[in-house]
Amino acid sequence: MALLRVDNMTHYFGGLRAVHNYNLVLEPGHIVGLIGPNGAGKTTIFNLISGIHTPTEGNIELDGHNLIGHHPHEIASMGLGRTFQNLLLWRHMTVLEHVKMACYSQLEYGIWGAFFGSRLRRQEEKRLTAKAMHLLETFDVAGFRSQLAVSLPYGAQRRVEMARAMAINPKVLFLDEPTAGMTPDELNRMISIIRKIHTDFDVAIFLIEHRLKFVMELCERIQTLVFGEVIAEGTPAEIKNNPQVIEAYLGKEDIH
Amino acid sequence: MDLFLQNIVNGLQWGSFYALIALGYSMVYSILMLFNFAHGDVFMVGSYIGFGVATALLGLAAMSGIPLPGWFILILTIIFTMFITSFVGVFIERVGYRPLRDAPRASAAITGLMIGIILETGNLAILGARRLSFPQLIESTTYQFGGVYVTDKKILIVGVSLGLMFLLHRFIQKSKWGMAMRAMSFDFQAVPLMGISINRIAPLTFAIGSALAAAAGILYGLAYPVLDPYMGILLGWKAFVAAILGGRGSILGAALAGFLLGFIEIFVAWVFPSTLRDVIAYSIILLILTFRPHGFFGQAHSTQLRL
Repeated sequence: MALLRVDNMTHYFGGLRAVHNYNLVLEPGHIVGLIGPNGAGKTTIFNLISGIHTPTEGNIELDGHNLIGHHPHEIASMGLGRTFQNLLLWRHMTVLEHVKMACYSQLEYGIWGAFFGSRLRRQEEKRLTAKAMHLLETFDVAGFRSQLAVSLPYGAQRRVEMARAMAINPKVLFLDEPTAGMTPDELNRMISIIRKIHTDFDVAIFLIEHRLKFVMELCERIQTLVFGEVIAEGTPAEIKNNPQVIEAYLGKEDIH
Repeated sequence: MDLFLQNIVNGLQWGSFYALIALGYSMVYSILMLFNFAHGDVFMVGSYIGFGVATALLGLAAMSGIPLPGWFILILTIIFTMFITSFVGVFIERVGYRPLRDAPRASAAITGLMIGIILETGNLAILGARRLSFPQLIESTTYQFGGVYVTDKKILIVGVSLGLMFLLHRFIQKSKWGMAMRAMSFDFQAVPLMGISINRIAPLTFAIGSALAAAAGILYGLAYPVLDPYMGILLGWKAFVAAILGGRGSILGAALAGFLLGFIEIFVAWVFPSTLRDVIAYSIILLILTFRPHGFFGQAHSTQLRL
């Protein structure tokens, strides 16, 4: 059974049709990529599935639960972690705090513990810090743990955001342009990190990307979105040779 | 010199009220980007609830014949009143602010004004126009240090205020909810996507702010035992000034500016005739803001909950 399933999703912003008849099947352990030109509606699809907008039509199921009408925090608790295209970090909080914050729902201590401390809180904090440190090591940012997120190099900020998304123990991880603004060096590092979390944490990944090399290398399946509609879906090889994709990306080829 | 020290002590007490109330303004602002203009009236309601709790406890003690010491009743009064008043804050958030969360800011701002009027006139309607006198739970003892006179009430007021601020500091810096509040103040959007509901953090923030205002209400009642339904207006506005002067959304700033306001008022009254006190004091603050438009700890375009 599919872990994440989207059926016939359509969304209008006022009179503008942003997404039309979109379908997605994400199997456990798979990596699926979503490519397409700017403004095609890729981030809108992320926002629709993660509950920031409610789709005008269509159905979304995560692990058998219907997501339509649920709030973003509920959908996150059901196992959907995500990052953002333009990095939504909490600027003046430390790297370690970012990851601990994301584990918030895994903490059970009460208001007394919050003000005065309690044994439960100390135990939970200890466990949490260990978990957070493990995540920071996975993403190669453990060295920055007590630095403020805002003071980190760009690539490291992206990795902190991913570590934060992984801290909620997601079944599905959404990555919105994980390599935006990265140097080729950082790009290769990102590929190996995504491979690593994919195997280590057994998480299915759905990602938006512009760099075809990156998508081709990582994804089992790729969808191409143009003007809110999927014009092609298939393996990297199929997508690479699809004339419609080439047209959308490179412009129409004139054959005389 | 003695007079100077005496004024420092008085300024500390006077500033405690401003600081405690200003904290509530700042906390709510930092997470929701709006000022809860009903907050001064929450202070008033807290004072009245404190009056009710203290009277009830005194009555209970008299009825049961157990001679409870005054300080014990006072501690119970503070705890119960803070607890009860926190629900006033939760209620205000639920009926006043949550339905208007996506409304234009101006609508959300007048919500506070309306709730304030409702609280004032509601109180007037229920309890009538007579002024109540806050029960004096502890006897006034005056200690003399050199030429400086310090009453036990002053020590208590400043001590309880600083203690509460310390607890708040620990809560915000270290606890999960405090972290969630800070996270919300940096970026509102990312918080729900970590599985945290804004509808739990926002009421909690109102609850804590209101509990602090209630503590201020009781301490104020100890120092100035006359309660009336409009007592929260001027004090609330001045605490609001402190919250802005401290830097919008800055907790440390709000507390320090609260004390600073207390000092300025007391020292102005020392030098100038007391009728001119607020005229001169707030002209000084206007001047400070001219040179530091973002307040002491405020930054341009930032709303973070900082310490």
